[in-house]
Amino acid sequence: MTLAIIDSGGANISSVIHALKRLGADPVFTADADTIRSATHVILPGVGAAAAAMSHLRTTGLLDCIRELRQPVLGICLGMQLLFEKSDETDADSEAVQCLGIIPGSLQKLQASPAVRVPHMGWNSTTMMNHDPLLTGLPEQPWFYFIHSFCAPIGVNTVATCQHGDAFAAIVRKENFCGVQFHPERSARSGARLLANFLELQ
Amino acid sequence: MTMSVSNLARRIIPCLDVRDGQVVKGVQFRNHRVMGGIVELATRYSAEGADELVFYDITASPEGRCVDNEWVSRVNEVIDIPFCVAGGIRSVEDARKVLRRGADKISINTPAVQRPQLISELVSAFGSQCVVVGVDSVLHDGVWATRQMTGIPDQMQQTGRTTLDWMSEVVERGAGEIVLNCMASDGTRQGFDIQQLKAARKKVSIPLIASGGAGSVSHFVEVFKQADVDGALAATVFHNNKVPIPLLKQMLSAAGIGVRL
Repeated sequence: MTLAIIDSGGANISSVIHALKRLGADPVFTADADTIRSATHVILPGVGAAAAAMSHLRTTGLLDCIRELRQPVLGICLGMQLLFEKSDETDADSEAVQCLGIIPGSLQKLQASPAVRVPHMGWNSTTMMNHDPLLTGLPEQPWFYFIHSFCAPIGVNTVATCQHGDAFAAIVRKENFCGVQFHPERSARSGARLLANFLELQ
Repeated sequence: MTMSVSNLARRIIPCLDVRDGQVVKGVQFRNHRVMGGIVELATRYSAEGADELVFYDITASPEGRCVDNEWVSRVNEVIDIPFCVAGGIRSVEDARKVLRRGADKISINTPAVQRPQLISELVSAFGSQCVVVGVDSVLHDGVWATRQMTGIPDQMQQTGRTTLDWMSEVVERGAGEIVLNCMASDGTRQGFDIQQLKAARKKVSIPLIASGGAGSVSHFVEVFKQADVDGALAATVFHNNKVPIPLLKQMLSAAGIGVRL
């Protein structure tokens, strides 16, 4: 197995790298298209703003490379959001950000209320919608650690949901492309199990 | 499943006071004893089901230096839950160093009191979710008031601010979370300062973490039920295993408090 973690710019991904190393993987952090294409598994991480990440991927010429990947791909947090068509998170010109367009749907801001604080930050439980190899060995309603303000709509590609005010997609899967809104690298045993399951995908 | 707006869990947060590369603990901020190694305790709590860890470099602020960064990297390598680092962070650059080493959040206390603008600068550089403000508070002439330089008792000072006013400013400046250290309760194991925490809860719309006074499981049940805090922080009762975290989580859940099991 070879594992590539895509450099999407700016993000601190050392915690993701260590989580994968604890599972025995030896990830390569890279923006090189050939290295990414030849890996057996690819992770698209991301912390920060959607516009900055998309702009970085465009500059490094990785947009089509990512869209054309056929091996298992896992988007984490912002990396999951980038798999969708667009995000209501605006860029410098107050335009919605165009994303990779691999999974249908657009990201919306979580609605805040006195009982629902945004960003959604902390441990929340998820509910499975579909059986998926990513969830092997996890409890019915596993807990994961979330930090985000925008969220993906529930649709045919939703594997598990979470509720914070509105319900939203916590885990998605379309063919070889998977995404998780939470941070598996900070989600204790459940997160480690999910990452291990991803590395087992063929 | 009960209908609720969010299933966000209430958090249990062991606090590790760090001095000279070791975890230490004192009573009412004095007479520190060594409780164990940083990585050793971090690993233990993470495995036991702690939701988050806070590391306070308790001598950093009075000695005028930022936290020794190297151990932050070692913690990042071994634990799989979020962690926050506090101690002497005075600038965006200080904070960046700690975050680059893998900390999920930074917490500021004395430097924020001395220069409140620091809160705003950190929020605009890293986002609210990264920025925690610790507030040390004690009853003084019938009013809760803040203290600074609490790491070294002889240098401890009044700040001239009431706790509730200071917390309002902290929220306005965009902090993501407040840890309220009720100093009179600290290390006493007589229970959290429910009255003060309730007053703070009314004032503060962002996540509020109770700190100081935990001695038993029932103290945790009380503080969640009565003061509606988002998390509870403690040190001694976890270090000496008087309150085992797995048991605490089960008892909180049995009392109807939403925790991660």
